[in-house]
Amino acid sequence: MTESTAARKPRRSAGSKAAGTTGSKAGTGKRTTRTTSTTRTAAEKGSDTELVQLLTPEGERVEDAAHAEYASYVADITPDELRGLYRDMVLTRRFDAEATALQRQGELGLWASLLGQEAAQIGSGRATREDDYVFPTYREHGVAWCRGVDPTNLLGMFRGVNNGGWDPNSNNFHLYTIVIGSQALHATGYAMGVAKDGADSGVIAYFGDGASSQGDVSEAFNFAAVYNAPVVFFCQNNQWAISESNEKQTRVPLYQRAQGFGFPGVRVDGNDVLASLAVTRWALDRARRGEGPALIEAYTYRMGAHTTSDDPSRYRHDDERAAWEAKDPILRLRRFLESANHADEGFFAELEAESETLGKRVREVVRAMPDPDRFAIFENVYADGHALVDEERAQFAAYQASFADAEGV
Amino acid sequence: MAAEKMALAKAINESLRRALESDPKVLIMGEDVGKLGGVFRVTDGLHKDFGEDRVIDTPLAESGIVGTAIGLALRGYRPVVEIQFDGFVFPAYDQIVTQLAKMHARSLGKVKMPVVIRIPYGGGIGAVEHHSESPEALFAHVAGLKVVSPSNAADAYWMMQQAIQSDDPVIYFEPKRRYWDKAEVDKEAIPGPLHTARVVREGTDLTLAAYGPMVKLCQEVADAAAEEGRSLEVVDLRSISPVDFDTIQASVEKTRRLIVVHEAPVFLGSGAEIAARITERCFYHLEAPVLRVGGYHAPYPPARLEEEYLPDLDRVLDAVDRSLAY
Ligand SMILES: Cc1ncc(C[n+]2csc(CCOP(=O)(O)OP(=O)(O)O)c2C)c(N)n1
Repeated sequence: MTESTAARKPRRSAGSKAAGTTGSKAGTGKRTTRTTSTTRTAAEKGSDTELVQLLTPEGERVEDAAHAEYASYVADITPDELRGLYRDMVLTRRFDAEATALQRQGELGLWASLLGQEAAQIGSGRATREDDYVFPTYREHGVAWCRGVDPTNLLGMFRGVNNGGWDPNSNNFHLYTIVIGSQALHATGYAMGVAKDGADSGVIAYFGDGASSQGDVSEAFNFAAVYNAPVVFFCQNNQWAISESNEKQTRVPLYQRAQGFGFPGVRVDGNDVLASLAVTRWALDRARRGEGPALIEAYTYRMGAHTTSDDPSRYRHDDERAAWEAKDPILRLRRFLESANHADEGFFAELEAESETLGKRVREVVRAMPDPDRFAIFENVYADGHALVDEERAQFAAYQASFADAEGV
Repeated sequence: MAAEKMALAKAINESLRRALESDPKVLIMGEDVGKLGGVFRVTDGLHKDFGEDRVIDTPLAESGIVGTAIGLALRGYRPVVEIQFDGFVFPAYDQIVTQLAKMHARSLGKVKMPVVIRIPYGGGIGAVEHHSESPEALFAHVAGLKVVSPSNAADAYWMMQQAIQSDDPVIYFEPKRRYWDKAEVDKEAIPGPLHTARVVREGTDLTLAAYGPMVKLCQEVADAAAEEGRSLEVVDLRSISPVDFDTIQASVEKTRRLIVVHEAPVFLGSGAEIAARITERCFYHLEAPVLRVGGYHAPYPPARLEEEYLPDLDRVLDAVDRSLAY
């Protein structure tokens, strides 16, 4: 018994480096200057100095000494990889637009669009390794794309044919979680298990700015810190939790929360795919090295409605959206690719064609999605079975059969 | 090996020890379960022998405990989680109901949730508020959860083994007022299925169905009734979800009368479900309506009043009289 305990001792050196002291220049440096934060509300959006940015909205690379460590994580990125990130973002946006249209056509009951958040998702998603494990909410279509989940699988729950739609273990991409914040704890527990196994995988939990108000997220931060779990908390601050702005969620910038739990927090320009990639690589790397959790606040914007049932005109102004449009994540990478001569017209044209094909496939697959078998109600309620479920399945079968009899079938 | 006499709490302890020994994936988690051995000492000595990697003192956060246990289960572990007292499970209720219970179904069967949640429950120990409640119906109502409660040390030992081996989440309610009751535990025995009820006393005139702390009371009731010349059968349900209705039905077809006894409030409690189902199944056998004896629709009272609140010998005997008067 104790033998197996010894064998399972984590390889990582728990707490060998004090949390918050490594690699978080951006976070730690700024925190000391923010002690009078009572005079600053969350309404005062992140200044450019605290925001890690590697690509400006105009598409220029940022050479900023303060963020050199993060930049080093993408220093050797190739034009091919850059085109890959661009492709990911374009196709994800196309998929998302297609899903929104399908909802309008009545093919989906609901859709949660990621429009505007492509860079945060593709950057962080591409930072994950195959053996890492991802815990999304319900809007992480871009991350799912990076994990190799067939995007049409994401539509099942929105069409109402299932509550999941993919095997979480085949892509190490957990099911979407609707209850806000719950998955932050699942990710932390999973990461505790990774550490116990002595594996060097990383775990990443996605959630929104609204979720930061949930107890589960704070509990996850605390468990992760206490057990030095290799988990990266990736908060996409898209400014809104349905109709509630940041001011209704927090009095301190979200990335600063990490400090109180004893690990570094960093705010990244979430519309900058390079910076999102770099910062997430940094955070996953330190988690893998046994240096514990980190919080990334990807500062971004939800360009569309919260979901297709939402009406943002009731709570936000068009000019706010317009201001963020100027920071569009796809446009800025395109500008950079063009100015650096990393992509030619042929590339963009081919991508456009690929995008069309994806859109067509999504439409076809969704329309062809069969309703589940009616007996699916009783399937997988329990792994080991349950007498009541068996009894009710039999009643249901008899009831169904009574119609067949009535029709003389 | 011969059976060994031990207290119910000790039987759970020995069962947890056996699970930790035989499966490196089993983990014990909770508040104070480590060095202290739990506030009831149910995990006594396990931390010393298996280390803090296996017997984990957690932060004081119930949702965190269950939520991280879910993550550990996703990673292939089999966490056995302790909630310190019944009244403190509610911060974790969301994780249990919306996540733990549904994960298997949501994943279309791809993911298993072998998590056991141990909850010392029930009254009769003179505790302060939130330390004496019986919330089992709130869990039994949720599809995806299994709910059990042993009434004696031998069951406690074996039901814990089976709960840990189950690939489904099991809420394991421990009758805290029976923690110190001793019984023979045969660790070599081959136990029956986890969700079967058992007739613990044969009788012909009326069936008393109970689980957990009330089984002993019902046996005392049967003793007292015997002195009045009445033969009561006592069924220990052992499992609250699923309920073994077949065993109750067989008993009721014989005795033609049923009283369900539990500490939880009667209204919408597990007794209501049993009464309804047995009425459906045994309508033509019943000589009297199924009666229930349990707690009132009131907050669990302060300790000085709990004897008024809890079913006792006389309240159950009164119900026996009422049933037999039909
Ligand atoms: C526990 C819980 N409460 C309320 C809701 C309803 N709800 C769905 S999304 C949402 C807002 C979430 O905002 P945020 O966390 O910022 O994520 P975003 O959708 O903006 O990405 C709310 C209130 C929910 N799903 N879960």
